[in-house]
Amino acid sequence: MSDEDLQLLPLDAWHRARGGRMVPFAGYAMPVQFEGIVAEHEWTRSRAALFDVSHMGQLFVSGEGAEAALEALLPIDLATLEHGALRYSLLLDDNGGIIDDLIVSRWRQGFYLVVNGATKRGDVDWMRERLPGGVTLELLEDRALLALQGPAAFAVLERYATGQWPLSALTFMRGGRFEIAGTAAWVSRTGYTGEDGFELSFAATDAERVADLLCAEPEVKPAGLGARDSLRLEAGLPLYGHDLSRETDPGTAGLAWSIASRRREQGGFPGHARIAALLAEGPARRRVGLSLDGRLPAREGAPVLNGEAEVGRVTSGGFSPTLGHPIAMAYVDSAHARPGTLLAIEVRGRMLEARVVPLPFVPHRYHR
Amino acid sequence: MTRFFTEEHEWIEVDGDSATIGITDHAQSQLGDIVFVEVPKPGTVLRKGQEAAVVESVKAASDVYAPVSGTVTEGNTAIEDNPALVNSAAEGEGWFFRLTLSDPTELDGLMDEPAYRDFAASQG
Repeated sequence: MSDEDLQLLPLDAWHRARGGRMVPFAGYAMPVQFEGIVAEHEWTRSRAALFDVSHMGQLFVSGEGAEAALEALLPIDLATLEHGALRYSLLLDDNGGIIDDLIVSRWRQGFYLVVNGATKRGDVDWMRERLPGGVTLELLEDRALLALQGPAAFAVLERYATGQWPLSALTFMRGGRFEIAGTAAWVSRTGYTGEDGFELSFAATDAERVADLLCAEPEVKPAGLGARDSLRLEAGLPLYGHDLSRETDPGTAGLAWSIASRRREQGGFPGHARIAALLAEGPARRRVGLSLDGRLPAREGAPVLNGEAEVGRVTSGGFSPTLGHPIAMAYVDSAHARPGTLLAIEVRGRMLEARVVPLPFVPHRYHR
Repeated sequence: MTRFFTEEHEWIEVDGDSATIGITDHAQSQLGDIVFVEVPKPGTVLRKGQEAAVVESVKAASDVYAPVSGTVTEGNTAIEDNPALVNSAAEGEGWFFRLTLSDPTELDGLMDEPAYRDFAASQG
């Protein structure tokens, strides 16, 4: 894809004016960094950073029967999802392969979904083909999505957010309608960094004003995709297209917890038969965390070995700024997936010792 | 002493038949935060274009190729111990390795500093 074909974020000019280095990602020109990935990473862990994630798909599903129609597509129990609550779920194919991972929240008039940017068009097509008449799915293309992440996020947002409830009414995985200095926004206490934080969905035409307002606060700096990736890796959060794909199922990916128990028993979602069988027999491979000594990062695709035998592959890896050594996520044979197991990763012809460790690598600091 | 530059964003400082080689400030800025470096050992014989050193940034891995042929006399172990030195002083203390030139004519046609700065600016 040439640069001319890239879509522009609502904050495109704002990013460029602030020195954002723009790269193609998910069909958009996006800032990979401003002052530097490690500095932005550390700033997010210690204060708060503003990420533009407007490339992500914001979907709205409504109409009579929307709840049942969504349950026919997702292994989620919407009966227990109250108004203002958010839940992680998976879009699955008929073989139980993961088409996308997403967050669902219940609004008064329907369901609001946030899906990955690179997969949003495919998701919309897939879902529309399967939704019954009377249920509509809109891709909300006129909305920006900004993530304010870090221990100072609450204090900063509280200065501007007004609404029916105080901002403190939102705990992790809850959302509500607020005004941010006059801009109507859907605010949820979520994120992709492992830190406390919020995601703000509002009219794209207000994006510059809100970004300026938040970044004028002394605790806030803009951050790019690079820091977003190193933060989510430390937080043990999978990245679709790397750690998750149509070739991985929820059990293997360590995401079986996202399949509601009622749905496991009753089924009625794509892939149920295969997933039930896989869960009963236990996955042959598992997504694990690997911790490495030294400084040489192991990256996606690197073979994981037990002695001479290849027992897995790295799906994402990099240097952890917080821990000061490389970390990686990999799929390995279940026999070698127990924390503490010593394995090796082949990087540039040399064997790096790697230890299986529990995820996340860096503890989550969500406000529950 | 004369400093030459390559289109692969390396600099070569020549003093007699000895050359000190590093990556340019433009290159380190494109790589971003550098977390790992490996330099060649003394005695390594390098042909022009051969993989000579490894640089890993937070973003990506890349190789440093020998811009000229020669025998390595010294690798800068300071940058192996402290890779961030390449970010902070790419064209100084963050040099990669020294070698004895085996074919000084390979320097012909390399850019001087003003030509390189123009070239790097055109690369964005």
